[in-house]
Amino acid sequence: MTRILLALIAGGLFGAGLFISGKTDTTKVQGWLDVFGNWDPTLAFVMGGAILPMAVAWLLTNGRKPIVGGEFPTPPEPKLGRNLVLGSVLFGVGWGLAGLCPGPAVASLSYGGTSGWVFFAAMVAGMALAPLARAQLDSAVPAE
Amino acid sequence: MLNAIPTDWLFGLGGGLLIGLGGAVFLLGNGRVMGASGIIGGLVDGSGKSNMAERLAFLAGVFLVPVLLYPLFSDVDTHATTNVAVLIAAGLCVGVGTRLANGCTSGHGVCGISRLSLRGIVATCSTSWPVA
Repeated sequence: MTRILLALIAGGLFGAGLFISGKTDTTKVQGWLDVFGNWDPTLAFVMGGAILPMAVAWLLTNGRKPIVGGEFPTPPEPKLGRNLVLGSVLFGVGWGLAGLCPGPAVASLSYGGTSGWVFFAAMVAGMALAPLARAQLDSAVPAE
Repeated sequence: MLNAIPTDWLFGLGGGLLIGLGGAVFLLGNGRVMGASGIIGGLVDGSGKSNMAERLAFLAGVFLVPVLLYPLFSDVDTHATTNVAVLIAAGLCVGVGTRLANGCTSGHGVCGISRLSLRGIVATCSTSWPVA
């Protein structure tokens, strides 16, 4: 139960932050990506603000255990695979096209109108197709 | 217009702190690395079956808090395009891309860079070049 409640609180804080910061406003996102034009640095403040509590949280994991028990996740291997780069590039193309990404897409579902739902549905479809895409990639050229 | 800009930055910073706080709660409380794409993706492809309730609770929070905040703010709008083809193409790219990369840029940025992870930094940068 504690696990569910903490997840709800974490999600609520995340949703509040996305809403207040302007990350659900696609013009803000596109303004941030428009580096060579009318650049809007708001997202740098969002990212900077978010990294601070997270950095403290990582420090606090030292010698402790999560409240609900278990272990803290170990850092992933520093492997810079093709999937990480290719996936990030694809994500960037989509993010640049519509100005929406997974978190803000969920946070804005209640007020983003039909556009928000169309994007969300396509994103879910993409996530469902991803294992297939990964398998195709791996059979064409083995990852490592 | 000049004094409208710093307000945006302040809201950005305040919102960012809340996002980081959410990530801190998820990490210190549940021992999980917060990322919207991973949480949704695990529900979509079934890889998150073992902790479905936790994922749904997290998403409920993300969805519901803006519902509560919405009436308190004026002119909140996603300003998203209404071009269905663009929305579908973008959604597919974001869906496939985040799953291939095991996370979206903001996730890699917030959770990865804060622990000085090379993967996080590379993911954040490779996202930025195709659009820049």
